[in-house]
Amino acid sequence: MADVRVVEGSEAVALAVKACRPHVIAAYPISPQTHIVEALARMVADGDLKAEYVRVESEFSAASVVSGASAAGSRSYTASASQGLLLMTEVLYASAGMRLPFVITGVNRSISAPINIQVDHQDTISLRDTGVIQLYVESAQEAYDMHLAAFKIAEAPSIMLPVMVCMDGWVLTHSYERVEFLDQKAVDRFLPLFRPENYLDTANPKTWGSYAEGDVLMEFKYAIHKAMSEGKSCIRKIMAEMTSLTGRDYGGLVEAYRTGDAEVILVAMGSMAGTVKDAVDVLRQEGKKVGLLRIRCYRPFPYEELLAAVRGAKVVAVLDANVSMGSEGAVGLDVKSRLNGRPGGPMVIDFIAGLGGREVNSTTVRAVVDRAERLFSSGAPPPEAEWLDLNPAIVP
Amino acid sequence: MKITPGAVVKGGTSLNYKTGNWRDQRPEIDAESCKQCGICQEVCPDDAVRQVADRYEIDYDFCKGCGICAHECTAEAIRMKNEEK
Repeated sequence: MADVRVVEGSEAVALAVKACRPHVIAAYPISPQTHIVEALARMVADGDLKAEYVRVESEFSAASVVSGASAAGSRSYTASASQGLLLMTEVLYASAGMRLPFVITGVNRSISAPINIQVDHQDTISLRDTGVIQLYVESAQEAYDMHLAAFKIAEAPSIMLPVMVCMDGWVLTHSYERVEFLDQKAVDRFLPLFRPENYLDTANPKTWGSYAEGDVLMEFKYAIHKAMSEGKSCIRKIMAEMTSLTGRDYGGLVEAYRTGDAEVILVAMGSMAGTVKDAVDVLRQEGKKVGLLRIRCYRPFPYEELLAAVRGAKVVAVLDANVSMGSEGAVGLDVKSRLNGRPGGPMVIDFIAGLGGREVNSTTVRAVVDRAERLFSSGAPPPEAEWLDLNPAIVP
Repeated sequence: MKITPGAVVKGGTSLNYKTGNWRDQRPEIDAESCKQCGICQEVCPDDAVRQVADRYEIDYDFCKGCGICAHECTAEAIRMKNEEK
């Protein structure tokens, strides 16, 4: 019989990591990531998990420890949020460059200043260009499933890159949900032992990330890009394997929800998508042809799935829980980049939504759909990103 | 030759690159004053000090002339001299 329990999202993640039999865990606590690493520390201290738990003095060190451990051939894991993820940034570029396949939970939280501990995606989006694969989840169950998949994706010989599972702080980490757990034997069959081709060995010394001049540097960078873009088929395969193992189908790199005949398609990532689905259902009852495309795998970006989902749509409204200051939201820019120049393609409008925990509810979604339809009907070119529910009266 | 994922290569390849020509000052050890303590060898960031029989020698193929050895030498037996090229 399946092991089903109501657990906190953080506990579900810790149990997934435990099931993956990591050798090394290194982490520095930061809200709202703390419960995950506390749970893992407890498991190690209680002897329930045979792993080296390294308490470090900063997130820079946490990322460095898991990089080194990964180079030594250990399955390694860390987690952080917000400022902590930013402090890892330099190391993460190097880790991806050295093709070290560890797993990070990126617990989404706003970036200071001003200080705020609530959810948005600015932190993990800031790591968009590191070469770390990013998966965004909507529920605790999906967080559990995707951490199992993350190790397998990271360690796939054709990929060999760090994988970050991004989950919304508080909303997912601190909520209690029904979660189905796999038994250890099933996880072991799904995720064999980590045996990298190269590992640190004093008997056979090697160096990682050695010097590269301009004559080959581009090729090294392109190799990472290629591992990502060509890795999409491998990720799809691993997602499908997860589905046959769990019976849960999240749709692969994206989840297309009622997009089939949709004229207006919303795009969102993370827990916000749950709200959007409910709003889509209500709008559908009212006869509006609305759907949601939830991006699950953000890097590599699922262009193929995007193009398939928006075929036939008039307008695509992106809900971006991040902003590139002076430009628009990151997801909106990605969506636009691939649709550019396609005759008959939909109009894409970007909305900056939910920064610092600003609520995005069904009323917000309805307003977005109305606005998108009006902008489309006006016949004017799409405007710059609009900031949802902004209160201009208090802006200096 | 193909590049390797992660730029992983066998170790020790820096020996192929003689970086001593970056130097604009060269350390010179005065054998008379040297007490054979070996501090210069320990502190050298380029591993460019070798113990040869009863004395220490600088490997000028790799010494970049940073001067740490001269600074740390307790016997003041190492002097930095301008390179003339």
